[in-house]
Amino acid sequence: MKAFLILEDGHIFEGKHIGSKREVISEIVFNTSMTGYLEILTDPSYAGQAVVMTYPLIGNYGICPSDMESLKAWPDGFIVRELSRVPSNFRSEISLEEFLIQNDIPGITGVDTRSLTKILRESGTMNGMITTNENFVIEDVVNTLKEYKVTGVVGKVSCKEKKVTTHENFKPTDFELAKMTYMASPEMKEAIEKATSNGVCLGEIAMASMQGTAGIAYLNKLAEDENLIKTHYKVALMDFGSKKNIEHCLLKRGCEVTVYPSDTKAEEILATNPDGIMLSNGPGDPAECVEIIEEIKKLYDSNVPIFAICLGHQLMALANGFATKRMKYGHRGANHPVKDLETGRVYLSSQNHGYVVVEDTIDETKAEVRFINANDKTIEGLKYKNKNIFTVQFHPEACAGPQDSEFLFDEFMKMMEVNA
Amino acid sequence: MPKNNDIKKVLVIGSGPIVIGQAAEFDYAGTQACRSLKEEGVTVVLVNSNPATIMTDKDIADMVYIEPLTPDVVKKIILKEKPDSVLPTLGGQAALNIAMELEESGFLAETGTKLIGTTSLTIKKAEDRLEFKNTMEKIGEPCAASVVVTTVAAAVDFAETIGYPVVIRPAYTLGGSGGGIAATKEELIDICTNGLRLSRVGQCLIERCISGWKEIEYEVMRDGAGNCITVCNMENLDPVGVHTGDSIVVAPSQTLSDKEYQMLRTSALNIITELKITGGCNVQYALKPDSFEYCVIEVNPRVSRSSALASKATGYPIAKVAAKIALGYTLDEIPNAITGKTVASFEPALDYCVVKIPKWPFDKFIMAKRTLTTQMKATGEVMSICTNFEGALMKAVRSLEQNIYSMNYGDYSKDSIEDIREKLHLVDDRRIFVIAEAIRRGITPEEINEITKIDLWFIDKIAILTEMEQRLSEEPLTKELLLEAKRMEFPDRVIAQFSGKTLEEVKKLRKEEYGILAAFKTVDTCAAEFEAQTPYYYSCFDSENEVNATKTKKKVLVLGSGPIRIGQGIEFDYCSVHATWSMSKNGFETIIVNNNPETVSTDFDIADKLYFEPLTPEDVENIVDLEQPDGAVVQFGGQTAIKLTEALLKMGVPILGTSAENVDAAEDRELFDEILEKCCIPRPAGKTVFTTEEAIVAANQLGYPVLVRPSYVLGGAGMQIAICDDDVREFMEIINRNVQEHPILVDKYLMGKEVEVDAVCDGEDILIPGIMEHIERAGIHSGDSISVYPAQSVSDKVQDVIVDYTRKLAKSLNVIGLINIQFIVYNEEVYVIEVNPRSSRTVPYISKVTGIPIVDLASKAVLGEKIANLGYGTGLAKKADYIAIKMPVFSFEKLRGADIGLGPEMKSTGECLGIAKTFNEALYKAFLGAGINLPKHKKMILTVKDADKLEAVSVGRRFKALGYEIYATRSTARVLNENGVEAIPVQKLDGEAPTILDLLLGHEIDLVVDTPTQGRDKSRDGFIIRRTSIETGVTCLTSLDTANALLTSLENVADGELSLIDIAKI
Repeated sequence: MKAFLILEDGHIFEGKHIGSKREVISEIVFNTSMTGYLEILTDPSYAGQAVVMTYPLIGNYGICPSDMESLKAWPDGFIVRELSRVPSNFRSEISLEEFLIQNDIPGITGVDTRSLTKILRESGTMNGMITTNENFVIEDVVNTLKEYKVTGVVGKVSCKEKKVTTHENFKPTDFELAKMTYMASPEMKEAIEKATSNGVCLGEIAMASMQGTAGIAYLNKLAEDENLIKTHYKVALMDFGSKKNIEHCLLKRGCEVTVYPSDTKAEEILATNPDGIMLSNGPGDPAECVEIIEEIKKLYDSNVPIFAICLGHQLMALANGFATKRMKYGHRGANHPVKDLETGRVYLSSQNHGYVVVEDTIDETKAEVRFINANDKTIEGLKYKNKNIFTVQFHPEACAGPQDSEFLFDEFMKMMEVNA
Repeated sequence: MPKNNDIKKVLVIGSGPIVIGQAAEFDYAGTQACRSLKEEGVTVVLVNSNPATIMTDKDIADMVYIEPLTPDVVKKIILKEKPDSVLPTLGGQAALNIAMELEESGFLAETGTKLIGTTSLTIKKAEDRLEFKNTMEKIGEPCAASVVVTTVAAAVDFAETIGYPVVIRPAYTLGGSGGGIAATKEELIDICTNGLRLSRVGQCLIERCISGWKEIEYEVMRDGAGNCITVCNMENLDPVGVHTGDSIVVAPSQTLSDKEYQMLRTSALNIITELKITGGCNVQYALKPDSFEYCVIEVNPRVSRSSALASKATGYPIAKVAAKIALGYTLDEIPNAITGKTVASFEPALDYCVVKIPKWPFDKFIMAKRTLTTQMKATGEVMSICTNFEGALMKAVRSLEQNIYSMNYGDYSKDSIEDIREKLHLVDDRRIFVIAEAIRRGITPEEINEITKIDLWFIDKIAILTEMEQRLSEEPLTKELLLEAKRMEFPDRVIAQFSGKTLEEVKKLRKEEYGILAAFKTVDTCAAEFEAQTPYYYSCFDSENEVNATKTKKKVLVLGSGPIRIGQGIEFDYCSVHATWSMSKNGFETIIVNNNPETVSTDFDIADKLYFEPLTPEDVENIVDLEQPDGAVVQFGGQTAIKLTEALLKMGVPILGTSAENVDAAEDRELFDEILEKCCIPRPAGKTVFTTEEAIVAANQLGYPVLVRPSYVLGGAGMQIAICDDDVREFMEIINRNVQEHPILVDKYLMGKEVEVDAVCDGEDILIPGIMEHIERAGIHSGDSISVYPAQSVSDKVQDVIVDYTRKLAKSLNVIGLINIQFIVYNEEVYVIEVNPRSSRTVPYISKVTGIPIVDLASKAVLGEKIANLGYGTGLAKKADYIAIKMPVFSFEKLRGADIGLGPEMKSTGECLGIAKTFNEALYKAFLGAGINLPKHKKMILTVKDADKLEAVSVGRRFKALGYEIYATRSTARVLNENGVEAIPVQKLDGEAPTILDLLLGHEIDLVVDTPTQGRDKSRDGFIIRRTSIETGVTCLTSLDTANALLTSLENVADGELSLIDIAKI
């Protein structure tokens, strides 16, 4: 069946309908990742947006459910150049098209996504409609599109009740499992066995299994000296649309993670005496989250170490009186270089944001810039002065994308350790 | 970290002659890097023995040494030029090995020279098998389990612990001979016994067999501050077991989920970090298709063929960035030239799909085994870009210039479904076409996957292509169907073939009625996220065209030479690039069309616009429709470009330079004969024929021996010397396997001295930069002969005749631009044997040694300038002060089953140059550069055909005088002994020990001289002797002329006091 993508500026793209038959209006954004469509589809930060994949061949490896970053797909729509007929991967359970139908996500294929991306790049992110109705009246559609505005998305994506997960509930990913079992060298296997029987937590074993001889030595030391076994820090994770891997990165490091709904009061969190607080990623305009910002101000005033990602980073900036602004077309992809101004090192990062902290509005007495984007020099991370707080605009939890900056979770651990 | 200002003068080591596995990619990388260094104000000293390269131009480096790539020569250059640093990562394995030797011997430390771009420790960790294994173990990166054994028992023990199958690789045998995969103990004992015997050091590597796993590669960059990025990853369609250089490769990977992609990416970054590489690096992985298990296969701590491919596939200039990193810059300090807005520390995002297909020499070596293994056999490759995989595959297939335009290739009409099943097991260059046939026959994708281990995703893509063939032959050609066929890049000719229409009908329907036109897109490294500054384009259908024709200047289309193959090598890229530069200097807008990812011409900053497209009429027409060029030049792109002449004229594009009719006249026997007659120039008598019967009649009229060959061919393809009717029958049958559009030529064969000239012509005057003479007598292809400039034994009288004939021919053919003429001098008479009104393989070397910029002058002539006004005179140029000898280099050890005997059909893959003040020194350098370095056993084998027996005596005597012990087959030995040259008679293959085979396998023979009987050698004995010598690493010469030249060189081995000549100062 024919489908159309109609843009706010009157551009019309014709293609073939995929997924749900619903007609949908949404903000159209593009993502340049060449892999990871499932992670992108299940990233709650895409709520209120329809995603264009710039890589033309999508669905090649089907759907591997364990790669989902949340329990369902969030985007309003999905726009691709070509959907693979035969998904091929040993873990794939269903095809991408079936997944879109199951999740009631409308989509369109056969679109010249490069041409579409260029429009979005030149004119900036805009609204669009995906429809299978051939008899649309363009003027009416454009008027509707111009009026459309996404609001209140954080509330929609956040969990409704708090939930505690202890380190014992850590479930290794497929790859971690492979590294701990059939890929491990005989020496590694022996070290893992010893460490397991001495009660070393699975997360630490998973981390060590990645590190070759250093990992073996570390596990052997852990097996001998119980004092070395990590403290299980209690982390409060504010869920503004959190990706699963944020929690996973914390559990892996032996944390007990309590996930809180986005409307939780600061007092409630602080009353539990957490060792650290994480502010998650999430969708939408940060400035809209007025109530949340008020709570974050209180969290800032406490002495609890805080690590914030993406929307969390923007909200912390707003809580300190800095401003955020909408970017022309944002950063969405898996190839964004960020420079750590403390070390001069550059890391490749996964990014997904349409808003950014305005550099001129940063009060230098309160915070300093730690990370900038090596391409456009925009703010990618802040370190708060005289506080155990650091925040990043990019995604150290990756998924999809490079894992280069996962070490930031270790820095968060250090911060909690020093503070304890 | 800004640039290190201590680095002021850098020695760059090139990769030497082109051989299988080390091709044009290093010229591309080297040229880019040298320009990048010069841009930073660094003085560049270059050494490379390959004269056909662009990197050895004086405008690329400041000092250029076309000298043999040996540690001694490089040491001398360092002592002379005193560079502060050596950059060895751009010249492939050859350069790395030399750097290692200089470092380990302490020479670099003594002279205060430092290695940049890598350290010897890094090279060692990556190259030494054991160090590599230990390093990988340390960082937890898995390698396939392996062990080096010296006994069969040890091999069996190891196999029992890791389980069968295992791979056996004998150490130090060439071409992977003696290796194999053993599935059982019996097979292992069998293969290993043989392997240990073949190995010069008596060692075999036994390795866990991971064939059938997915093969994935990552191109990684790292700077001195430790920043790492991956430029791109690539997935091989052919699973592990086929060398990556012989695999169909797609970028980016298609069947990996983000989890697998990132797992391997992280691993690649860990490896480059641990190896502390500063620059580029390639990591190859085997990934088990049904789990997360992977193995690191190999790490190349340098730029490579894969990095050239990755550069072209993404637009990320790896070599340029690597050079900047070597100077001390960090990735975030280097701007991305494509966007101008981003920096080099980012990872390209592709919004298209890239397919590379290797170009194999099996059309040249019809006897060679076509099986693809871990030993690379391809001489070159093509790349294509499209928005879908099907289209990219179709474009790549037709770029090969093998008359293949779809997946429907090969005649399977006589094969039963069982035969097809059987053929699926065969891993060779035709496998994808067998898969297509299997799908047509209804063999399920699952079964094909089971047999071939090729991922189902790829098999389904081939299935989609076969379904389209079916639809085209059954359904009416509606707009939707035609658009869909074009979307997957079905050429009009194939659509015509399946739909039963004519090409013209399809074209008209498509363009005029349906308005289905190719659209062009930009390769921009960022999937359109940023605006691109660089004009690097590819075509696709079903899309918006984003490329605008420019109209400011006059535009010229330069057609490239396609994949590197025997007979059409890197020299044509040299010519295309220089022509482009010249046209550009003369105020033209230049547009290059080419499909070879290894070359300089497909670097995006050579021409004003680069179209990365197949070189077929339809693909070129798409570009012409858009750009409307004012003219096209075809004379610099070899036969590939020449073949497009007619099509270009039909499109209304004027051919600049020599007209199409005159190109035709040189190739068309009758027209050419008329011209020769008019000019009173003799040629060996000859006839044109179509059938075998006609050929036999012609041969008998002319008298044997005769030369038989098709017209319009490359490098003497299909050319053979026949001495009897049976030979003619055999050769005609082979030639007629492909439908011949043009007649076949039968010529009298004269065994005289071969002389060659290149000349620049403007229609009136000519300039001959030099006359070259071949060491080998006529009968051996000019590309395989040792060529000497200036000619040493040509009398003044003959020289005058040659100049006169050249002038007459150039004038009567109205040559505007370049002409290459080959003569035979026989009894002081000059005969013309071949005229090519285009650039030739000798142009680069003659340009370099004479200092005459031949291509630039030819380009100016093409644009209408007069030679007399160009400042280099007319007629025959004054002889240069140097003697330059071009030595062919072969890759026979890589091609099992190929006969190494030289003849009229070209077999060499590359060349090197020896340049010196004296003939003897130049010859010595040329042999040295070609790697003909005789070990010191002083034993040789001599076996010659009857016609050569008497001449063999003097050859034998000279070897004897040098202290060689001569073994000879019985009849050769008899003649030698009768003439007072002591020779030990030995059996050929059978009979009493020691046979020649025993001697070869005893690893004590330095040299074999074996001249094959004329015609295609029927004797299996000679063939086996030549193959065995090649496979055990023994130099084997098949012409006494070559042997005499080698003797001259050996007799005059100075004392290593070689002089060094800076080409840039000529």
